[in-house]
Amino acid sequence: MHLEEFSEGNSFLHRADPRVKILIFAIFSVLCAVASGIKTPTLFLLYSFILLLIARLKIKSLIARLLIANFFIAFIWFFIPLTYPGNSYVTLGSMKISHEGLRYALSITIKCNAIIIATITLLSTSSIFSIAHAMLHLRVPKKLVTIFFLFYRYITVIHEEYLKIKKAIALRGFVPKTNLNTYKTYAYIVGGMLIKSYERAEEIYKAMLCRGFKGYFPLFEHFYIRKSDIIFGVISISIFILIGVKS
Amino acid sequence: MKKPIIKLKNISFSYEKRRILNSLNLEIYEGDKIGLIGSNGSGKTTLLHIIMGLLKPQEGTVEIFGKVRTKERDFIEVRQKIGFLFQDSDNQLFCPTVKEDIAFGPLNLGKTKEEAMQIVKETCKILGLEGFEDRVTYKLSGGEKRLVALATVIAMKPLCFLLDEPSAGLDENTNDRILSYLKSNTKTFIVVSHDKDFLTKAADKIFLLKDGQIRY
Repeated sequence: MHLEEFSEGNSFLHRADPRVKILIFAIFSVLCAVASGIKTPTLFLLYSFILLLIARLKIKSLIARLLIANFFIAFIWFFIPLTYPGNSYVTLGSMKISHEGLRYALSITIKCNAIIIATITLLSTSSIFSIAHAMLHLRVPKKLVTIFFLFYRYITVIHEEYLKIKKAIALRGFVPKTNLNTYKTYAYIVGGMLIKSYERAEEIYKAMLCRGFKGYFPLFEHFYIRKSDIIFGVISISIFILIGVKS
Repeated sequence: MKKPIIKLKNISFSYEKRRILNSLNLEIYEGDKIGLIGSNGSGKTTLLHIIMGLLKPQEGTVEIFGKVRTKERDFIEVRQKIGFLFQDSDNQLFCPTVKEDIAFGPLNLGKTKEEAMQIVKETCKILGLEGFEDRVTYKLSGGEKRLVALATVIAMKPLCFLLDEPSAGLDENTNDRILSYLKSNTKTFIVVSHDKDFLTKAADKIFLLKDGQIRY
């Protein structure tokens, strides 16, 4: 499993100080999430697209990620136009698709995509380890950062564990079907993984204690803020203010 | 008379109702090179975990470096001075790169970044792991993981080593590297193994753990 595919690159955003990126991302996502209507979110989406141009990511994997996210947004298009109170836009028999509902769904879609693209371009362009370090520098509680980092570090291990079990059951001739035996086997896989990850967590904690763990990871590499980072931060925040004032 | 580094007195330990250790006594002196054998499930790992304070015995006292250790706080010093190699190296390596993993212990001991880097270099050299510093820990092979795990323990410069099956599942070459390190660079250790050949080469004395007690 490769979770950091976007962190490989050499664009301006890849080299930018993760602390600045986290701050900009936090401000951006809050402002974008509370924005209403169509126009303001569209402006935020435009900003995200500019980031995309700067970051120069692999288009194929980017589109794959956006498709997964938009799959969930598709459900919003199903339900909100049908249930939102307002003037009907189209009437299909007994069903009314409301005009306001459509606008609302569109607004949500634009906001979601703007934030997702910003996440990918701002956060995914740094390695998880440097994001965790940056969070420590920004005074995020150490425990939270440690949990976040360990979660990331061990999700691949748990995934490997899953692949191992999958191989083991395949080797014994298991073919999934729609029957009770299949469901039972899947339940065993989930249960087995739960226990395995719990036990592994215990062991890892013991190993960390043996090496003098005091509740946080010591910082190994430090960041240096550059002039271009500050300029990037100032420009971004002025764009946000402009968008706020305009609408 | 010399004082023992590790002194276990009347230690009893049970999982649920199954009694694993039954008023066990053990004394380890500086310079002891001890091999510990015993059948599967006889409590070898449990014994090592009790010494490190990872498990608390239901009865008996644990005395290490001349002090009785009961509370979690007492064991902080123990863990800094006794190096413990886990059976499963996957559990021991939790940092993204080899370099960071080896440096984790020394940094926790209060070493500066430069000192830690120096230790990383030295340890890699001793174990023949040069060029491994930037490798990703969870992408190493089984034998490499074991060697890196040993490196993370060595990096803390412990006075005494506890090794839980260091030779299990390793090829001869990797085994020899661990063996030669134990022979030339360590003074005191307890090594648990099923590999008789490995034990006779590494240890001076061999103890047997049976029915919850040590047989000499």
